[in-house]
Amino acid sequence: MTIAASLARPGVGTAATAWFLLWLAAGMLMASPLARAAIDVDELESPELRARYHALIEELRCPKCQNQNLAGSDAPIATDLRQELRRQLRAGQSDAQILDFLVARYGEFISYRPPFDARTALLWLGPALMVGAGAIVIIVLLRRHRPRASPALSAAERERLHRLLEEDPPQ
Amino acid sequence: MSRWRLFLPLVLFLALAAFFLYVQLRIQDGDYDPQNMPSALLDRPVPAFQLPELHSGELVGSELVAGKPALLNVWATWCPSCVYEHPFLNQLREQGVIAIIGVNYKDEDAAARRWLSEKGDPYTAVVVDADGRLGLDLGVTGAPETYLVDASGRIRLRYQGPLDERVWQTVFAPRLQAMGQAAGMAAGKTVEQP
Repeated sequence: MTIAASLARPGVGTAATAWFLLWLAAGMLMASPLARAAIDVDELESPELRARYHALIEELRCPKCQNQNLAGSDAPIATDLRQELRRQLRAGQSDAQILDFLVARYGEFISYRPPFDARTALLWLGPALMVGAGAIVIIVLLRRHRPRASPALSAAERERLHRLLEEDPPQ
Repeated sequence: MSRWRLFLPLVLFLALAAFFLYVQLRIQDGDYDPQNMPSALLDRPVPAFQLPELHSGELVGSELVAGKPALLNVWATWCPSCVYEHPFLNQLREQGVIAIIGVNYKDEDAAARRWLSEKGDPYTAVVVDADGRLGLDLGVTGAPETYLVDASGRIRLRYQGPLDERVWQTVFAPRLQAMGQAAGMAAGKTVEQP
């Protein structure tokens, strides 16, 4: 059933539309952003360090561009920070030490996974609250528009309907 | 189904639009800059460093910013906003408002010296941060950035972007005055005159 058709039929249509929107939302959640690592000249030698490096730059935010991670940003500061990360990884620093180093300089802002506290509660819980609110709306809509058998028209009503349909609308 | 609910989406849309308009107007007025982040080093001492001074070549450290309030101005010759900012720094220097320490960030010494001899030198000293190490320790994200450092060498304010008269009056002067320093009081008076 197409969306247009489903919209044209109130009872079943609302349910179909709701399902469609639900699947659309699910699809959006699944479509993870394609990883787009900026290319740097010196690569880390060991595959283990490389894996940690790529995990880190995916999760750290570029402090200049703000809505890009370090992996995706071409800003000079992101290049510098990636270089610093590689230096520290080679020097044997742990992920936690590297994160502390960056948070001390750029604040919690640098991390896409800030610790859960009073300031970040809305950030962490917001999506769940939104999904919950959306689910409630959908449930309410589905309940209200549960398909019912439409009451049959009386003879007089059918007669009136005929007249309405056949008559030309008055100009 | 009652009729007013038909208008609910419109009302929600208008409320959202009004909110965005409000934020946009505040950005235009310069009251709010989403790019401007408070420094993670706020109320902390300037990080330790040992770097050459641009003119003398001698190694200098954070003792440069001790004793009285000073500005730490991160600049570079490759930075377009620094061109815009430079005359105002010269003006601060001429009026003797506050000492300005330059941090020449990821730049070339020759280009930096040429810039200062052509445009005037507002700095009491210029720290050469060629590889951006001091910038990294300060949490610099680009140039220009300006830090207000108090007499004890602690960072009281960080401003990202070029300084001008308006920024000075609205952001720096009140903070300087709040610091209750004699220099701060003088600064507030000096810059009030056009």
